[in-house]
Amino acid sequence: MGQTIIEKIFSRHTGKTVYANDLVVSKIDFCLGQDGTSGIVIDSFNKMGAEKVFDHKKMAVIIDHSSPSPNEGVSRIHKKIRDFSLGQKIHFYDVGQGVCHQIVPERGYVVPGDLVVGADSHTCTYGALNAAATGMGSTDVAACAATGHNWFKIPESIKFICQGKLPLGVYSKDLILYLIGQVGAAGATYMSCEYAGPAIDALSVEARFTIANMAIEMGAKFGIMNCDRKTLDWVKQHSSRKFKPVAADSDAVYNKVLEFNVSQLAPQIAKPHRVDNVCSVTEAAGIPIAQGYIGTCTNGRLEDFSAACKILKGKKIKKGVRLIVAPASNWILKDAMKKGYISILLDAGATLVTPGCGPCVGTHNGVPADGENVISTANRNFKGRMGNINAFIYLGSPATVAASVITGKITDPRKYLK
Amino acid sequence: MLLTGKARKFSQEDDINTDYIISGRYKFKIQDPNELATHVMEDLDPGFFQRRQDGDFIVAGRNFGCGSSREQAPQAIKYAKISAVIAKSFARIFYRNAFNIGLPLVECDTDKIKEGDELSVDLSTGIVTNKTQNLNITIKPLPPVMLTLLADGGLVEHIKKHHGFALKQ
Repeated sequence: MGQTIIEKIFSRHTGKTVYANDLVVSKIDFCLGQDGTSGIVIDSFNKMGAEKVFDHKKMAVIIDHSSPSPNEGVSRIHKKIRDFSLGQKIHFYDVGQGVCHQIVPERGYVVPGDLVVGADSHTCTYGALNAAATGMGSTDVAACAATGHNWFKIPESIKFICQGKLPLGVYSKDLILYLIGQVGAAGATYMSCEYAGPAIDALSVEARFTIANMAIEMGAKFGIMNCDRKTLDWVKQHSSRKFKPVAADSDAVYNKVLEFNVSQLAPQIAKPHRVDNVCSVTEAAGIPIAQGYIGTCTNGRLEDFSAACKILKGKKIKKGVRLIVAPASNWILKDAMKKGYISILLDAGATLVTPGCGPCVGTHNGVPADGENVISTANRNFKGRMGNINAFIYLGSPATVAASVITGKITDPRKYLK
Repeated sequence: MLLTGKARKFSQEDDINTDYIISGRYKFKIQDPNELATHVMEDLDPGFFQRRQDGDFIVAGRNFGCGSSREQAPQAIKYAKISAVIAKSFARIFYRNAFNIGLPLVECDTDKIKEGDELSVDLSTGIVTNKTQNLNITIKPLPPVMLTLLADGGLVEHIKKHHGFALKQ
């Protein structure tokens, strides 16, 4: 019987042929935590009676969610995490280095065929590199850190075949928002999403991260892609580890195969307070906005700033509107400076904040006021997500955010790109 | 194990996310689970903590606990002395987290449970009894792996006891 990508990765890791719904205890290749979850990872690790991380080269802790610390409560947690990480000699990224889901692939810790567990739900991002990566809770990651293993129920897979070619002004963010709108917030619960087809193949690796990142917004355990020339080039540029890519068999068994043609797709918007509350930008156009945000593990990469700068170059943000910008890592910040993107953004009136999660998780860096609408490139628009339950969050691509902060209302970016 | 208490429902039934269960405003700075618990469900239902009573059940629809991986979500529910969450289905990270820390989750049809109904949950027979409506609801049986983790007292105790994973594969 043919196997999906996920079934093959687990077969390789366990040394036996396994299929969906099998339960396995598997070794893992890497685990990670961030500042919102690692405090409990450490508590559980200690309670398990563990003394040393199973392999200090195979764990990273990144301070990204509230970084630098906005208050003494967060500072206490940061200190606890810092002391543990330095003591264990694991990879440690302190404030200002970037978002965990940029750091882990960018610093070469993940390669095709890997099995990675992170104490952050967006760990599925690395599926763009043909790796099985999934988010779990802190105690599960503590078990990984202590033993180098965890248990998994091998998920069934849904295959998303994306035919056609994304039109001008329509990006991978629009594509994934569209898919989430189609299947719903629980549409892929416990599944592995395999994304394939010419529209995926045409995307850069950076753009693919955006799609893999949001698999969890459909409830999925993994969001994974094939390994092609672009993946190989990207991984070899970032990692010296040896690896073997994984492809699904032609007779692999899927729970569902969904096919879409994206050639006519318009820019998409997720309206408050659900990620699957998706419509075309033309339907949401004109809704006033008070703040824009470009950044996060979804859309804080160089290509995202390039797309925003194409629209913002030589223009000004509307008076009374804020634009917050957070590069996904300090490496991206440096590259964006070299390319002139940061100057373009600052000249337009943007506010640059520390590489990391920025205002996405509602602890600092741009909490909206009551009644304000925000347009953001993040992955979640839940009520209260940005720190105020009386604000409204709309999600879109970096280009849509850029166009919207110029006019002060949700705006179709295509009118600036003709 | 027999649990008894009142049903607590919310204006939204499906897709109650972890940001609603415990907001990032609190979970990033508060380590004491008892203090976190005072903010449980606050963004969806301000005043919920004051209204609920020890032993109550949270009752919801589909995909309870979707969103982030924060273990503080089931922790805040557990420390608010909620005896179990009863829902039509659960998001997967939340599901693992809850069993890992010893918060029971009950999967069953919740359409016939109303706010304030008196419930008893028998985890050994797999029956929810709605005493107010005078009816029994069958619970979807737990997978063996969850039973093992529950029997050991959660994931920390499982690892401690077996010096690693000891699960039937």
